[in-house]
Amino acid sequence: MSPRSSGTHPINIEQDVVLARQLARKLATECGMRLIDLTKMVTAVSELARNTMVYGGGGDMDWQIIDENSRVGLRLTFRDEGPGIPDIKLAMTDGWTSGSGLGLGLTGAKRLVDEFELDTAPGQGTRITITRWT
Amino acid sequence: MAALQNSTLDAMKNNQPQLLTEWIKGLEANGATRNLKEQDLKQQTAEFLHLVVSGLEKGNGQNVAAPGWDEARQYLEKLSHSRALLGQDSHQTASFIFSLKGPVFGLLQSHYKDNPAVLAEQLWEVSELLDALGMHTIRTFQKSREAVIKRQQEELLELSTPVVKLWDGVLALPMIGTLDSQRTQVVMESLLQRIVDTGSEIAIIDITGVPTVDTLVAQHLLKTVTAIRLMGADCIISGVRPQIAQTIVHLGLDLQGVVTKANLADALKLALNRLGITVSKTV
Repeated sequence: MSPRSSGTHPINIEQDVVLARQLARKLATECGMRLIDLTKMVTAVSELARNTMVYGGGGDMDWQIIDENSRVGLRLTFRDEGPGIPDIKLAMTDGWTSGSGLGLGLTGAKRLVDEFELDTAPGQGTRITITRWT
Repeated sequence: MAALQNSTLDAMKNNQPQLLTEWIKGLEANGATRNLKEQDLKQQTAEFLHLVVSGLEKGNGQNVAAPGWDEARQYLEKLSHSRALLGQDSHQTASFIFSLKGPVFGLLQSHYKDNPAVLAEQLWEVSELLDALGMHTIRTFQKSREAVIKRQQEELLELSTPVVKLWDGVLALPMIGTLDSQRTQVVMESLLQRIVDTGSEIAIIDITGVPTVDTLVAQHLLKTVTAIRLMGADCIISGVRPQIAQTIVHLGLDLQGVVTKANLADALKLALNRLGITVSKTV
């Protein structure tokens, strides 16, 4: 497995979420993703980037295009130094939200991608890595 | 901190022509004079130097926010505004001021050549002053840029929410681009208002131009649909493309109870149907 290219995009204000979506769209196109996969990935980015901004108080999105055994994937990591998630099981429940949303962002994003990894602890910030293969 | 000495001020005052020539030479060398007429440049440099000297004469020191610097500040604001209109960037506008450092430093060096301690102190003072003035220019430049961006955003807000009448009693709202919360608020208000104004029974929200439908967008749509229903009208969401439909399913969004159609034509057909209107070809 080798990263073909990588980079970082800051997520601090609402505009950054829009830019993160646009970047994800561009990267997914580069990976040769089909329209349906691309739309799913971009939607997942929209959810997670907004979570990073709203609940994590801002952070970064690291991106990586990876080649592995003749398949290409887009891997994105959303990092923040926010309060973290105290109860992961609760957070991964459909319809539960600590804010005012629908409570489907985190679980929905997980269903939209191939690999989903959540690494968080109270007071330690949150890292979410998602991967989608073509 | 030591203040600027009168002797420094006198040196600057008495050597204005020399300072100006060197300043303009410096500006030309670093390319800050591009797009500027020579005559304008001469006038601007002379006026500004005069304002600096008179500002110093009033004994205001380095505090450029003090009232004695009002004239100089206003002049810089006007200047950076006109530079922005000429298409110059903040870098070029700021270097207009920073280029004055060279000639002034040179002048002070020869003026205080027997007294290095005072020279260092006075150089520091002049440097602080010019930096503060330069920073003020950048700040003003930035502000006028931000004002332009803000105005454009507001214009976009207006532009992107046209509610169109498709038929008697049928309104359509073609949404385009990003549905961030502020814009959706405006959209919702104008649609609800138009429903009241026209007494329409059916509103069609078309999301063909919305590239991403995530939970926030869905939440806004659901709220709008609920509000429309509360007003006694019906709502149809059209423009649900296959990839959007699949994404909505994976997200786990519940759009049950909301009438959706793949395109605007189907939505209009349904609306007309509900109103009991039939459209037929004339034979």
